[in-house]
Amino acid sequence: MALRNNRLTNEEYDEHFSDIHPPFETHNAALVEANRCLFCYDAPCTKSCPTSINVPKFIKQITTENLKGAAYTIFSANIMGGGCSKVCPVEKLCEGACVYNLMEEAPIPIAKLQRYATERAIHEKWPLFTRQASNGKKVAVIGAGPAGLSCAHALSREGVEVTIYEKEGKGGGLMTYGIAAYKVTPQFCQEEVDYITSLGGIHVLYNMQLGKDVLLETLQQEYDAVYLAFGVGMARQLAISGEQLNGVVDAIRFIYEIRTKGYPEVPVGESVAVIGLGMTAIDAATQAMRLGAKEVTLVYRRTEAEMPCTAAELNIAKLDGCNIIWLAAPKEIVGENGHVKTLVCEVMRLDERKLPVGTGELISLNVDMVIKATGQLPYTMAAPKIDNEHGRVLINEHAATNLPGVFAGGDCVNGGKEVVDAVQAGKEGAKAILKYLFREVE
Amino acid sequence: MADLSTNFLGIKSPNPFWLASAPPTDKQVNVLRAFEAGWGGVVWKTLGSQVKNVSSRYSSVDYNGYRIMGLNNIELISDRPLDINLKEIKECIRLFPDRAMIVSLMADNNRESWHELIKQVEDTGAHGLELNFGCPHGMTERGMGAAVGQDPEIAKMVVEWVMEAAHIPVITKLTPNVHSVVPTGRAAVAGGTHALSLINTIQSVTGVDLDTFVPNPNVGGKSTFGGYCGPAVKPIALKFLTTISQDPLTSKVPVSGIGGISTWRDAVEFMLLGATSLQVCTAAMRYGFRIIEDLCEGLNNWMDEKGFATIYDFIGKSVPTLTHWEELDINYHIVANINQDKCIHCGLCYISCEDGSHQAISLSYGKPYNTYAIKEDECVGCNLCKLVCPVDNCITMKEQRHGDEYLNWKEFQRRGLPLNDH
Repeated sequence: MALRNNRLTNEEYDEHFSDIHPPFETHNAALVEANRCLFCYDAPCTKSCPTSINVPKFIKQITTENLKGAAYTIFSANIMGGGCSKVCPVEKLCEGACVYNLMEEAPIPIAKLQRYATERAIHEKWPLFTRQASNGKKVAVIGAGPAGLSCAHALSREGVEVTIYEKEGKGGGLMTYGIAAYKVTPQFCQEEVDYITSLGGIHVLYNMQLGKDVLLETLQQEYDAVYLAFGVGMARQLAISGEQLNGVVDAIRFIYEIRTKGYPEVPVGESVAVIGLGMTAIDAATQAMRLGAKEVTLVYRRTEAEMPCTAAELNIAKLDGCNIIWLAAPKEIVGENGHVKTLVCEVMRLDERKLPVGTGELISLNVDMVIKATGQLPYTMAAPKIDNEHGRVLINEHAATNLPGVFAGGDCVNGGKEVVDAVQAGKEGAKAILKYLFREVE
Repeated sequence: MADLSTNFLGIKSPNPFWLASAPPTDKQVNVLRAFEAGWGGVVWKTLGSQVKNVSSRYSSVDYNGYRIMGLNNIELISDRPLDINLKEIKECIRLFPDRAMIVSLMADNNRESWHELIKQVEDTGAHGLELNFGCPHGMTERGMGAAVGQDPEIAKMVVEWVMEAAHIPVITKLTPNVHSVVPTGRAAVAGGTHALSLINTIQSVTGVDLDTFVPNPNVGGKSTFGGYCGPAVKPIALKFLTTISQDPLTSKVPVSGIGGISTWRDAVEFMLLGATSLQVCTAAMRYGFRIIEDLCEGLNNWMDEKGFATIYDFIGKSVPTLTHWEELDINYHIVANINQDKCIHCGLCYISCEDGSHQAISLSYGKPYNTYAIKEDECVGCNLCKLVCPVDNCITMKEQRHGDEYLNWKEFQRRGLPLNDH
């Protein structure tokens, strides 16, 4: 057993990584669902969306064939409404709150309808927004991910000149590099970034890493304000022996390679263990399976009641044939000739506070690959003068850090949440920055 | 099993459902298929001087994903040669002698034309005649169709011509393109008609194409007013039917009800308001003749449930309950009640009451679900909240009379009681 790439035929790769939630094929299909919407007042779906998209409004706009209006309603609340329609865990957000659930009926497929309106807008490049005349202010944004792009778009609309510093070669952040390929295609990610920046006034400088290619001090001098949105990226270490063996990878890196190298290029084991049960763990496990692993086992130290991923996500993994071992924590990775051979786990139990405690009983899994998906740490070392707590950038209620004129938001602040949370953080950051910029003028 | 058979002026049919005069009844092939499917009778599409039809002819009103809530057409009377129609009518009667065969007529505006047409139709063995005084388009310009139905004097004259020649029952079909159908209905009865049928279609424009700017249906860049029918017109038809059922003169003759009948429930409503037979068109055009099965079974089941052995046991039963506004009991009062266990918190009752009615619903904010409750003191019992609520029996109206006695507006005024005393 060993890690190997190119396990499948091209047709198999295409099939395995095709869109997991296909869009409406026809306008009529969208209309049937859109017409089911009750047009709730003070709608629970809107209240359950971190960006507060006026869902009933955009769905009504689809029914009246005002697709431009629908797209505007979505994008004005969430500039990444296109991507979010594909990656949001809607069953715990808008669709989970749909009143039809209380009638024991299928909720409105809000995400699919949102995708219907936004995809058209993105593909056809509808110019839905215009910029205010330039006000002479310049803001630097670190990171072209959801928080950074959202902030940049909101600032540019108000006439601010924005420069984004992005360490990767493409924008989109985790949307482009950190999400299962069967949810969003690289092409869509590119189109989405292009659509957002097509507003004008947003200049993205790629392959520019904070702390290495550009320093925060310099940006503070050259710009009127700085917005830090560098996200998370470092995998949390397991701190057990054997972690340095060949065949132990971190999930973020694994997914990153799938997104950047092309499926046949990414090596995967025959028998894979994935540690953790968040969204990233699921994305890693399902994609390992889809790359040709024979067996994938998710190992989680608590029970289904505590798992961070949604039931819908867990179902994707189950349908892909992944195994799950509940109440097991990795104890040691044993290797042979420098390569992973066995993952030893301790059986856990939950105490009164639902925290896992070891029972002393051990189980061994024969695996040739271990993927670690137990959370990520922000890159706070890129900006060492910024106050942080356990690696998370600290901000006040106005998105401001301890350094004057430096703001922050998104995953680097919250430690890693949904794309939609990052977009909202970007909006709030822009609002705070605008306040800061124009109070200075007065 | 209830008895659905109908005797309309001696015209017998196994059930009260007839296909109205329209494209489904304009030729033998259709009519035979309808009879095979189980329809009780047909009113053969209007015969008269042969005409030429245009293309296109129909357009519809769709609403919230429901197609053909209303249909509009600019077809004229039958455009097939008279002798072929007559031959086919005869053949249909021969093949299905137990079904009602009524023939719709619209002769040219003179006595001789009517007499000649009636003679030819009677020779086929048809069971009845229906005078088309309603067609609202194309024929009106020639002084026919609705032009006749809109003028009681002319209507009476034409009915009199007809009665001079007719040996079989005559039904006069009324146009709704009037402020009241009663004057023409009375004129037709005075002229001797045996029965009335209503309503014919309502003159309408269904909509305008936002790309071509031409209203529907588009006939080479122009359009014209068409006749409106389908589920959307049922309330208007029921209103006109009721006025005919309530009038001392017109209520003396049987009525064939027409106007948006799509289900057995619609049919029962028409019968409760006085119709003896029912004519269906749009629903059959939309779904085909097979709908007759549910029309009959549904009617039958309902009659069994209510203990009605024949249709004559309930025809007209609801007519006396429709009265004038000033006869209504002012002391009767209801207030809304929300069943919190059934409520899905959509807020539709709240916003409609807030913006559209009497601000009688309170909102307690919650995330994501708000809670809504009725402010009984503010509730005027208008029903709006109940009507908008998407959950069955979630909002109900409970009686809270203002006084035990019956008190109507006339009495209220006579006593000089204070206004705006809610």
